[in-house]
Amino acid sequence: MSKIHVTATVNGDPAEFLTDPGTTLLDALRDELGLTGSKEGCGSGDCGACSMLLDGRLVCSCLVLAAEAEGRRIETIEGMAHGGELHPLQQKFLEHAALQCGFCTPGLLVAAKALLDAKPDPTEEETRYWLAGNLCRCTGYDKVIRAVLDAAAVLRQERRAA
Amino acid sequence: MSDVLDRPATKPEFNSVGTRPVRPDGIDKVTGRAAFGADFVMPGQLHGRIKRSPFAHARILGIDTRKALALPGVKAVITGADFPDLADEMIEGGEAASSTRDMAFNVMARDKALYDGHAVAAVAAVSPAIAEAALDLIEVSYETLPHVIDVEAAMATDAPVLHAHLFTSGLETRPTLPSNIAARHQFVRGDVDAALAAAEVTVEARYTTKAVHQGYIEPHACVASMTADGQAQVWSSSQGHFMVRTYCAKVLQLEISDLRVTPAEIGGGFGGKTVVYLEPVALLLSRTAGAPVKMVMNRDEVFRATGPTSGGVIEVKLGASRDGKITAAEVTLKFQAGAFPGSPVGAACMTALACYDIADFRIVGWDVVTNSPKVAAYRAPGAPIAAFGVESAMDELARKLGMDPIDLRLKNGARDGVKASYGPTFQNIGFLETLEAAKAHPNYAVPLGPNQGRGVAAGFWFNVGGESTAAIHIGEDGSATVATANPDIGGSRASMALMAAETLGISVDKVRPVIPDTASIGYSMLTGGSRTTFAVGMAVVQAAEKVIVELKKRAAKIWDTTTENVAWKDGKAVCLDPAKTDTPPLTLKGLAGQSARTGGPISAEVSLNAQGAGPGFGVHVCDVEIDPETGHVKVLRYTAAQDVGRAIHPSYVEGQMQGGAAQGIGWALNEEYVFDAEGRMENAGFLDYRVPVASDLPMIDTVMIEVPNPRHPFGAKGVGEVPIVPPLAAVANAVRGAIGVRMCDLPLSPPKIRAAMDAKAG
Repeated sequence: MSKIHVTATVNGDPAEFLTDPGTTLLDALRDELGLTGSKEGCGSGDCGACSMLLDGRLVCSCLVLAAEAEGRRIETIEGMAHGGELHPLQQKFLEHAALQCGFCTPGLLVAAKALLDAKPDPTEEETRYWLAGNLCRCTGYDKVIRAVLDAAAVLRQERRAA
Repeated sequence: MSDVLDRPATKPEFNSVGTRPVRPDGIDKVTGRAAFGADFVMPGQLHGRIKRSPFAHARILGIDTRKALALPGVKAVITGADFPDLADEMIEGGEAASSTRDMAFNVMARDKALYDGHAVAAVAAVSPAIAEAALDLIEVSYETLPHVIDVEAAMATDAPVLHAHLFTSGLETRPTLPSNIAARHQFVRGDVDAALAAAEVTVEARYTTKAVHQGYIEPHACVASMTADGQAQVWSSSQGHFMVRTYCAKVLQLEISDLRVTPAEIGGGFGGKTVVYLEPVALLLSRTAGAPVKMVMNRDEVFRATGPTSGGVIEVKLGASRDGKITAAEVTLKFQAGAFPGSPVGAACMTALACYDIADFRIVGWDVVTNSPKVAAYRAPGAPIAAFGVESAMDELARKLGMDPIDLRLKNGARDGVKASYGPTFQNIGFLETLEAAKAHPNYAVPLGPNQGRGVAAGFWFNVGGESTAAIHIGEDGSATVATANPDIGGSRASMALMAAETLGISVDKVRPVIPDTASIGYSMLTGGSRTTFAVGMAVVQAAEKVIVELKKRAAKIWDTTTENVAWKDGKAVCLDPAKTDTPPLTLKGLAGQSARTGGPISAEVSLNAQGAGPGFGVHVCDVEIDPETGHVKVLRYTAAQDVGRAIHPSYVEGQMQGGAAQGIGWALNEEYVFDAEGRMENAGFLDYRVPVASDLPMIDTVMIEVPNPRHPFGAKGVGEVPIVPPLAAVANAVRGAIGVRMCDLPLSPPKIRAAMDAKAG
């Protein structure tokens, strides 16, 4: 079984790696590129801990083959902060204590970013349904939802100011 | 909405305790940098996988590993025969004692596989794919045996017996035959039969719950490295790296000091990571293969072979006077233990009636082995199951008496001076205050619409203290490192930092909490029993106090006065020497900078066995709406009130209350282990084992009542477990209100509710 050579853009940077045909994008990023911020909670697309953006679209990277990433743009939790500056979602998760163990947090943040990229002013209900694919067993989601709605308000204000 | 209700007269002023700073490990966790169990990599590591029994009950006739060993890339294959033989010895864990022999047999089956998913062999290979391929080449010959999973079926005299050596303990006479009933527990006060016969009003019902999993999102994972001379290291995600060390040493018969365990960040545990599954296997594979071995479970393995908590049967009979004074209670609890003895039925017995002051009662509990995964602790182990029955019965009693359900609980609620049903006399408890707070909450007065119902339930958990170590090192710049030995599962670093900052009188951002490995700090019991902020916090405060004593000595030396002439105030040494009244204070930074000249580094380590954990009480109010077409239950509103003693970091206390409520709602509405006719779990994945998702829940309103615990420096009580105790009945009582039918069997899934509604409609 020969390896497949994959070239992709990961968090804005060029990346290449060799992968088996059956390897998931999640495993390739974690094992070949050392990007362990995305987590595997289920391996079946049910928990959202491996959420990434593939050409801007939210995916469970445990359900994407690494070979499918050829020529595409991948965004992970590692690319969310710019240098030392946290994304408003990350900042609001901290301020609202919207994480306990923190394992689902990278996936929740990536999924929430996809929501706010598409919909700057979501309602609580829209936010809850959008994030329904991201399981969190610690928080009961209360503080997560508040953090996302608060970050949305900050981002809208930043946009208005810009 | 969140409120803090306290007794203003007793509220001391704190600078750090009670504030809500960003957690010290926060940035790592929102940027993906935090390293969890599966994120750790060792150079030269192999990949381990476990072969599991496909049968619920089978004799292992033989295991042929030759083909697997011959596969290129395979470095080791082990079976139960490679593990040492152990005597049966009980060891204390975080929330329950365990038999080392049972634990070893759960880690790897010997002569029998006792449940679908039971480990029977393991392999280490140069890649995960080769390890997986090797599993298929291991040939196991089984003789399948009849199995039993239902708890009452397992108690029957004609049930297939799991363990030929198991004789029921706790009976008046030792039985002559082995059975699946491991133990009988009993708590009795007064004459319950007479009291029930004399009661003006009685209610009686039988309730059932299904096995449910803790459902942490992070699967178990570890890396282990062991050399031929027995020196070993483990990196793993667990609720206690000292627990991992103790259990691995027992199972593999190693010297404790030869084994060093480093904690990874832990992606949830809820009690499910208070035992070992992978670590002893990885160590043995590593020793056999001569290389480090990494093992990571997949979700299927997590469901089939770890956790869950018991399914149970709860029979409740309550007797009361017409004015609502409960005079008698009889509770019988039958709990699945899984493949080995040790369900949480003992704790369930002790908690079942702990909320109430009842003169005559009898509580009997049965611990029953079944062909399902050995249960592990799950958040207030046993208490939610008992409370489901008792609090549902309380609701029925309130209905029969025509009383408000909170008023009934207020009339009978435990208060200071009441002798608890499990023995001790309550002191400094806040149950009545918690009930009053729930009653006063605006949510309790919101009018209900059609198909809507409101449920109330209470819950109790002991909380524990226990062996704990903390060390504080003062840096040359006056900053403080606080080392504790307990994995931070939900923000405990933040509370440790706050308590150290408060005691030292410095800003919390000058305190850096860390969690070192087992070789770098004294022993601590695991993170469990809601003990960390209470017990480890006590060690942190005492270590800080020792540091202050040392700082005062140093200041006295600099000022050429006695230590009695030095006070520590707001992070500074103040000179009280009447002869030196003009002396300016010395800051921590100033003292630290001179430490080399005044006696050397400033640090302190405190090891203690914390006593006096304050018991916790919670009261939850749940509003639901039933879709009459589908039977689906929507939670409209949820209010959790709890006596928290003192909220050290209120946001993380609220988080515990909200998270516990959400888990309890899942237990009530959706979650259950489903087995097929052969005893195989049918829903071993998050698609079919459905934990609550964001769109299932409303905001969860919290009310923190602060009745301080005098045994803790700041009044803290354990808070993490109480919140999962009330929800099962709170939800069921709300459903009762909405559809007019008492639902006694969890989960309250739509088909069951539809069936109940149809039956009522006739």
